[in-house]
Amino acid sequence: MNLSTSNATALIRARGLTKTFGSRTAVDAINFDVRDGEFFGFLGPNGAGKTTTMRMIAGVSPRTAGTLEILGSDPDTDGPRIRGQLGVVHQQETLDQELTVRENLLIFGRFFGIERKEIAERADQLLELFQLSDRAKDQVEPLSGGMKRRLSIARSLINAPRVLMLDEPTTGLDPQARHLLWDALQRLKRSGTTIVLTTHYMDEAEQLCDRLVVMDQAKIVAEGSPRQLIEEHASREVLELRFPEGTSRISKETLDGIGDRYERLAERVIIGCENGEAAHARALEHGLTPESWLVRRSSLEDVFLRLTGRSLDE
Amino acid sequence: MIASIAPRALSVFERNVFVYRRQWLMIATGFFEPLFFLLGIGFGVGGVIGTLPYNGVEVPYAAFVAPALLASAAMNGAIFDSTFNVFYKLKYARVYDAILATPVSVGDLAVGELLWSNLRGVIYAVAFLIVMFAFGLVASPLALLTPFAVIFIGFAFGAAGFALTTHLRSWKDFDFIFIILTPLFLFSATFYPVEIYPGALRYVVELSPLTRGTHLIRSLCFGDLNLLMLVDIGFLALIGLLGYRHAVSRLGKLLLK
Repeated sequence: MNLSTSNATALIRARGLTKTFGSRTAVDAINFDVRDGEFFGFLGPNGAGKTTTMRMIAGVSPRTAGTLEILGSDPDTDGPRIRGQLGVVHQQETLDQELTVRENLLIFGRFFGIERKEIAERADQLLELFQLSDRAKDQVEPLSGGMKRRLSIARSLINAPRVLMLDEPTTGLDPQARHLLWDALQRLKRSGTTIVLTTHYMDEAEQLCDRLVVMDQAKIVAEGSPRQLIEEHASREVLELRFPEGTSRISKETLDGIGDRYERLAERVIIGCENGEAAHARALEHGLTPESWLVRRSSLEDVFLRLTGRSLDE
Repeated sequence: MIASIAPRALSVFERNVFVYRRQWLMIATGFFEPLFFLLGIGFGVGGVIGTLPYNGVEVPYAAFVAPALLASAAMNGAIFDSTFNVFYKLKYARVYDAILATPVSVGDLAVGELLWSNLRGVIYAVAFLIVMFAFGLVASPLALLTPFAVIFIGFAFGAAGFALTTHLRSWKDFDFIFIILTPLFLFSATFYPVEIYPGALRYVVELSPLTRGTHLIRSLCFGDLNLLMLVDIGFLALIGLLGYRHAVSRLGKLLLK
C-alpha cells in the first residue's frame, strides 16, 4: 500500500495492525497514518473492522499483532498518558444517566485529573459551543438524540484533546441534527483538533474527511482524499437503471459497451461512464427497458461498489 | 505508584458523591433494616429470652444481638452498592465504558467503587452505633473503634460482591446473591453464640466472613480485646484482596477486549 505520508507529522501510525477474536480476524494487518490537524475517516460497512480499530487506538483493546504509535507512544505500555490526550465518542450512548448535563462534563474532567475550577469554566464554554447551555441543569434522559450526541462530543472535549475520535457520530440522527453536528465538527477542525471518525455514510465521509481509508472485511482496500478516490476508482458520471422485476435476466452482452464499467445489483444496474445522457441513449439502443433511470455525478458509494462489488446497504 | 493511582480512583469515588447528593434518601433507607431487627428480635424476642451468657457474664439479649446487626449493616451497605449499582453501571448504563476512555484504569475503577461501597457501610455502622448508644446497648468505650473495624467488613463484602457481579448476566441472577446473603445473615452467630453449632458445622460457620466480622465488632462493643480479632481482620482482608483481584481481572476481560 502506498503510504504517502511523512512520518514526522503522523499523530497516529499503524503498521500491520491486527486484531483477532478467537478464529475471527476483525482487523487484518492494516497500515495507516493520521496527520496532525486533519480530518481522517474510516469508511466501510458494519463489521468491516472500523470500531475495533478505533478501540485499539483508544487504548481499550490490546492489539494482537503489528505496531501502533499514538502521539509517539505505544498504547499497550502508555495507555493512561495517551488516553489523557484523546477524546472518545462511542457509537452507543455512554452518557451518565444519573447525572445532569453539566455534571456529566464536570465529573468527566475529574477523570482526567483536571482542577475543578478549570473544568467548570471549560464545561460552560463547551455547553455554549454545543448549544446546550439552557439544558445544563436537566437530566440526560429527556434530551433528543441530536442533543445527546452533541453532549457526548462536548464531554469528550473536556480535556482539550489533541485527537478526537468519533465512532459513527451521526448514526440514528435526523438530517437536521446531522447537519448541525457536521457544522460543529468543521468548526472544531478549524480550531486545530485532529479528528478521526468512522462512518458507513458516504456523504458524511465526502463532506468531512480530508483523507480516508476504505475498509472492507478487516482490510483497507483504498486510501486517499474523497476526490482522489472518486477520480481513481470511479468514472465521471453514473447512470442508474432501475428494473423492479430484477436484473438477473439481462445478459452480459447487452450491458457491455454502454459505459466504461457496470455493477449489477438486485434491482438496479449502475453504469459508470463519461456522459450519462449518451450512455442512456446507448442502453435503449441495446434494447434495455428500465422502469426508470437517472444520471448523477460519481460518489464514494460508487468507489465502494467498484472496490468490493457490493453496495453499502447490502 | 500509589500517588499516581489514588487521584484517579478518587475521581470514580467522586462520581458517586455527585449522584448521591440528590439521592441521599436512598442511602437513608438502608439504615432502617438493622433498626427494625434490633427492635423486633433484639428487644422483642429478647424480652422473652432475657439474658445470655457472654464470656462468662450474663448480658441482655439486645446488647448481644446489636453488634452483629451493626456488622451486617456494614455488610449490606457495601454489598448492595457493589452488586446492584455496579451491575447497572457495568451492563446497562455503560458508565464504565465511558470512564475507561479516560486515563482511569480498571484498577482505579475498582478501587474507587470499593471506597464508595465501603463508605456506605461505614455510614450505616455509625448511624447504628448512635442507636446503640441511645438504647444503652454499648458496654465499652472500645465500641468507638467499630466504625474503623467495619472498614474490613466493607472491604471483604464489597470486593466479593463486585467480583461476583462481574459474572452475573441479567437482573434475574441477583436471586443468587439473596440466596447467599440471607443464610449468611441468619446463621453467622448473629442471633446466638457460635458455640451452639454441633461438631464440624461450627467450624464451617466460623469460616463465614460475617461470623468473623460479628466477632470483631462484638468483641469491641463488650471491650473484650482478644487475639482472635487479628484473625478476623486478616481473614476479612484476605477475602477483600482476592475479591478485588478477581474483579479487576474480570473487568479487564469484559471491558478491554
